[in-house]
Amino acid sequence: MNLKTLIWRELFERKTQMITIVFGIFLGITTVVAIKTISHYSEKAVARELDTLGANILVLPKSATLQDYYTADMQDDVIPEEYVLRLTMSDAQGVDNLSPKLSMPIELQGRKFTLTGILPKSEFTAKAAWAGAGIFSQHIGCGAIELAGEKKDEDKQALVRKRVIETLEPNEALVGHDTATILGIKDGDKLQLKGEEFNVVAVLPETGTVDDSRIFAHLHKVQEMSGKGEVVNCIEIIGCCKEISAGLVGKINELLPDAKVVTVTQVVATQAKINSMMESLSLVFLAIIVVVGGAGVANYMYANVNERRREIGTLMALGAESNFIIKLFLTKAALLGIVGGATGFIAGTIFAITLGPRLAGVAVFPMPILAPIAVAIAVAIALVASYFPARRAATLDPCATLQEI
Amino acid sequence: MLTMENVTKRYKHRRSDVYALQDANVEIGTGEFVSIVGPSGSGKSTLLLMLGGMLSPSSGKVTLQGTSLYDLSPNERARMRKQHVGFVFQSFNLVPYLTALENVMIPLFLSGAAKEVQESRAKDLLERVGLGERLDHKPTELSIGQQQRVALARMLANDPQLILADEPTGNLDPDTSAMILDFFEQFVSEGRTIVMVTHDPRAAERARRKLRIDGGRIVEDKQDIKTRVVA
Repeated sequence: MNLKTLIWRELFERKTQMITIVFGIFLGITTVVAIKTISHYSEKAVARELDTLGANILVLPKSATLQDYYTADMQDDVIPEEYVLRLTMSDAQGVDNLSPKLSMPIELQGRKFTLTGILPKSEFTAKAAWAGAGIFSQHIGCGAIELAGEKKDEDKQALVRKRVIETLEPNEALVGHDTATILGIKDGDKLQLKGEEFNVVAVLPETGTVDDSRIFAHLHKVQEMSGKGEVVNCIEIIGCCKEISAGLVGKINELLPDAKVVTVTQVVATQAKINSMMESLSLVFLAIIVVVGGAGVANYMYANVNERRREIGTLMALGAESNFIIKLFLTKAALLGIVGGATGFIAGTIFAITLGPRLAGVAVFPMPILAPIAVAIAVAIALVASYFPARRAATLDPCATLQEI
Repeated sequence: MLTMENVTKRYKHRRSDVYALQDANVEIGTGEFVSIVGPSGSGKSTLLLMLGGMLSPSSGKVTLQGTSLYDLSPNERARMRKQHVGFVFQSFNLVPYLTALENVMIPLFLSGAAKEVQESRAKDLLERVGLGERLDHKPTELSIGQQQRVALARMLANDPQLILADEPTGNLDPDTSAMILDFFEQFVSEGRTIVMVTHDPRAAERARRKLRIDGGRIVEDKQDIKTRVVA
């Protein structure tokens, strides 16, 4: 006989109570672990996105909102393409690439898609004056800018990651992953867009963004098809390093007073702030769950003490000291906490891995560091909630517990 | 062995004093077999609890082997009980989720005995009370008489010098009652002291000394009522 046997046997004597209380702790910890795991990877994804986008800057029409840009940069307002020229001819330093874009809706096989016009890098290199000086000149600390053409199969990734394509003829198109899947398009296929025939030079890899449902063509071709003239919806600017971006924004503002200039870093930072606010809200929710769970444990323990009054009195008559009675209940509480915490961690991790990609759109992996934290929280809740019931058990009047004496 | 000096237990009930025990004086020597009789509510239970260090008196002094019980802290009294006192209850108070063997092991565990020692001593004691074949039975799998015998084995676990029994035959049939009283006589012959509260006149007659309580007072103290010699 030892304390463990005494506790273990009692737990299995009242299985339903034990399962109920462990389930309560389990549910609380499952929620904590699932939310924490998903939000951790979601934050990491935002941080990674922030890092990838680096010092990107957006030039938009004054009236356009960021929401317009993120939904598919299809706002009605436009800015003149001449702004691109203004930028390239300026002495602003530290630009890796400029990407003017114009989008228009198109319908294919009864479904709506977005046709986006982009300007390939060859257009810039064709203008020798641009490449030699001005905006493409290197800033100290920035990497070299390769203006020469690269291999075509690298262009796919480049468009996805750097939003830049080396060459694109007026009759060529690039098709987003989802659009290609829906329309059954492969590399080398022909595509009819508003009466014009395009050669599909590449189907782009999946990005998980709105770009997957786009079709990209030469900017000037799209301008012609839209009938809007030499205009663009936005100009994406990739700065060569973070340090330069602050100065660059000021410079662009001076150059283009009628446009709205936003850094993507700010946008992502705002997104990260919203994520953090959501996490704080979740923590409030979790605090409520913890309090309710703790109240559940305390309630169970009080009921358990009442139910075992005679047994407690007998143990006291047999010589059990008050510390032993407290230890009996607190060890039991700790055991329930360990089981609830450990199983809650496993279930929470499984939930996070399964539901994370659907809920937050990010890949989620187990976080072993949460295992000891989950168990510690569960044990702490169980111990705190059980302390007063345990103390009550230790101070029970033995005479009242042994009524027939 | 055991003394009560001017012990009074007073309760407050609706602003008036109720005396469960009044000015009780008693001295019980080592090896005595004492029965306490009296009507319900007369103070028998109060007296037994006080002798076991479970209920502090309003005034007076209770000593066990020369130590004033209620001058000790509750935990020190618990240690005294563990070392010197064995309780037998009317409804046995076995722990329902433990086997007979485990129930007998509890006092040994509380005294810090090693697991092997607990097990071998518990087996010996259960064999002594004729339950060597029922070691792994839980209380619900035993008859009433067998449950009381498990309780006797448990009471003997720490080899107590003082046995306090509350209606030990109250729930038993005559044959089993006789068996339990035979065991009590064996314990007395081993030099233990027994104080037994009972309503059963035949059980009371088996003791060598009878205390009668009424209205919280010891009204009769009859010595050597038992004439036959216990072997």
